[in-house]
Amino acid sequence: MKYLEEFRDPHLAQKLLSGIATVTTKPWVIMEVCGGQTHAIIRNGIDQLLPRQIELVHGPGCPVCVTPLEMIDRALAIASREEVIFTSFGDMLRVPGSEKDLFMVKSEGGDVRMVYSPLDAVKLARENPNRQVVFFAVGFETTAPLTAMAVWQAKQQGLDNFTMLVAHVLVPPAMTALLSSSENRVQAFLAAGHVCTVMGWEEYLPISERYRVPIIVTGFEPVDILEGIFMAVQQLEQGRAEVENQYRRVVKREGNRPAQELIRRVFQVGSRKWRGIGEFPQSGLSLRPEFEEYDAEKRFDTESINVEEPPECISGLILQGLKKPHECDQFGKRCTPQSPMGATMVSSEGACAAYYNYHRHQDDRVES
Amino acid sequence: MKKSMKPEQLTCPLPITEHDAIQLSHGAGGKMMNELISKLFVWAFDNPALSKQDDQAVVEIGDQKLSFTTDSFVVDPIFFPGGDIGDLAINGTINDICMNGARPFCLSAGLIIEEGFPLKDLERIVLSMKRAADKAGVTIVTGDTKVVNKGNADKIFINTAGIGLIEHNHDISSCNLKPGDVVIISGTVADHGIAVMSQREGLSFDTPIQSDTVALNTLVEAIVKAAGGDVHAMRDPTRGGLAATLNEFARASEVGIKIREDLIPVKPAVTGACEILGLDPLYVANEGKLVAVVAKQKADSVLKAMQGHELGRDAVVIGEIDSDRPGMVSMMTRIGGQRIVDMPVGEQLPRIC
Repeated sequence: MKYLEEFRDPHLAQKLLSGIATVTTKPWVIMEVCGGQTHAIIRNGIDQLLPRQIELVHGPGCPVCVTPLEMIDRALAIASREEVIFTSFGDMLRVPGSEKDLFMVKSEGGDVRMVYSPLDAVKLARENPNRQVVFFAVGFETTAPLTAMAVWQAKQQGLDNFTMLVAHVLVPPAMTALLSSSENRVQAFLAAGHVCTVMGWEEYLPISERYRVPIIVTGFEPVDILEGIFMAVQQLEQGRAEVENQYRRVVKREGNRPAQELIRRVFQVGSRKWRGIGEFPQSGLSLRPEFEEYDAEKRFDTESINVEEPPECISGLILQGLKKPHECDQFGKRCTPQSPMGATMVSSEGACAAYYNYHRHQDDRVES
Repeated sequence: MKKSMKPEQLTCPLPITEHDAIQLSHGAGGKMMNELISKLFVWAFDNPALSKQDDQAVVEIGDQKLSFTTDSFVVDPIFFPGGDIGDLAINGTINDICMNGARPFCLSAGLIIEEGFPLKDLERIVLSMKRAADKAGVTIVTGDTKVVNKGNADKIFINTAGIGLIEHNHDISSCNLKPGDVVIISGTVADHGIAVMSQREGLSFDTPIQSDTVALNTLVEAIVKAAGGDVHAMRDPTRGGLAATLNEFARASEVGIKIREDLIPVKPAVTGACEILGLDPLYVANEGKLVAVVAKQKADSVLKAMQGHELGRDAVVIGEIDSDRPGMVSMMTRIGGQRIVDMPVGEQLPRIC
């Protein structure tokens, strides 16, 4: 067992594809919640191999995509300050704010550094006592334990030069918001395997029950995704609506309790704004009052930075699964990964970038 | 690649894209770098040798055809598993010289050193350059040394330039791909980029991932000997990886390239590291591999010649050239789907070669 090759096995994939074809009798709309899954689907060409009746729509689970424009502008303002070392996951560096991105701030002399872990940012703070080290804490429940640990360690080490710009968001409120919309088309979900690794899957039970929707906790390799789709279609065809776990090799029902405990100690749940979708209650995390001194927005007084999003970018509709990337007038024309108008084109997990990089020309052919 | 000059290119080309200052992505081997090269350098220096935009220029002096190239090396870290900035600077330039079938002849080396750089590290780098040059049978005949204030350069940067002799009459160029040709890669991809990146991120593996930096001139000789004029193009896929090289080929020759994911050799440890680092091995740099595009009837003999050479033991056919969708690279995925393999936009990894 190597945990990688067997989940990319072409024979297993073929078996699952024919299984899906056999059980499918009517059209179904399935949403993969996570951007990592969107990329795996497009990158492996899974959507083209499915029966025509199965429509996959791409969900809001790309942290880079849903981070609001004003938060990016706040990051840019902080990163431009002379005393600051601004640290971030690589993907955020190319996300455009109103006028520039973090790469441009870097080229103008800002000290912007890519890190793979927020703990590296804590280390930088320790090594640079005369600088202010800021970490851009984006992501869902998957990255929250890491950033919580960073704040926790900073406090234990008595570091007064480390802060975080927190833009954490939560998956279940986003799913509930989608399902409550009168425009909702989604009939089943592939839930994000990594989020469930941390949180478990109990919190999806009430959603599945209330909205009568199958939810399959799904992994990220082609065989995982195909099995997740197979399980979803079986439930839909049989009229069931349950939470099932495809990603059993990683996800436990109760999740990772110590990680959840750490999140609860450091963060509190509250209202958050999502790029392209708007603000909704109980949908994000912010630092608890006892960790307030680690809040970069307070230390650098950026809370007054507020901006509107460009009206021609439909990333909000794409993040809700209401439109496909190539249905946007700007797609591949004014908006490309080189010069993105919205975050769904920027992030390697964004649906628009996935379509642009892997599928653009197939779509051209269909349209012409 | 530019085939003809359009009227709008005759006006002042700046600003390029929407940036009015150079970004790291302008040096990353992707679309932004290509745009900078075409719109500024080729525009300003315009001449037939440069306009071909191969990794080396072909110049004629009397009856002698020369292959001429230059490359600068700014890798960080300067010492990495399997090599260092010294042998990288020698091998990289030799590889650029010889990809049109030229025999590398001599090199220059220019060093920009930061004040305070340890002398023992400099000695180590210079000896590594010497070893690499000796191994490839090339001499370093001239050089230059500059020292800059501390902070004005990162440890050491090396520029090398080189000349090779073209002793055949074949047209081996990225503009020369033909429908029906097959695409061969000389071995596993992404080793160099991942070796450097793992070192930078402090990752360790059961079997350490080594950079593949090596001079490929003898492998090139073997290929040209086996194929004659039927080897149509060769290139070492450095920055931007295999994906960038294939896209450059497809555009320069206005052909389509179809590859198969299951045929592309990647070491298991490299696949694992790519998963951890969130990278696609097709876009990661190599420093000791080459892509050869060969007429179908010679594919078997070229493959045999490559596999019989120590630097081409893992050589394998990964795809073919067709006339559908000129300028585009597409790939059949392992599970049978299709995807586009696009030109990278900019940086996937910062400063790897």
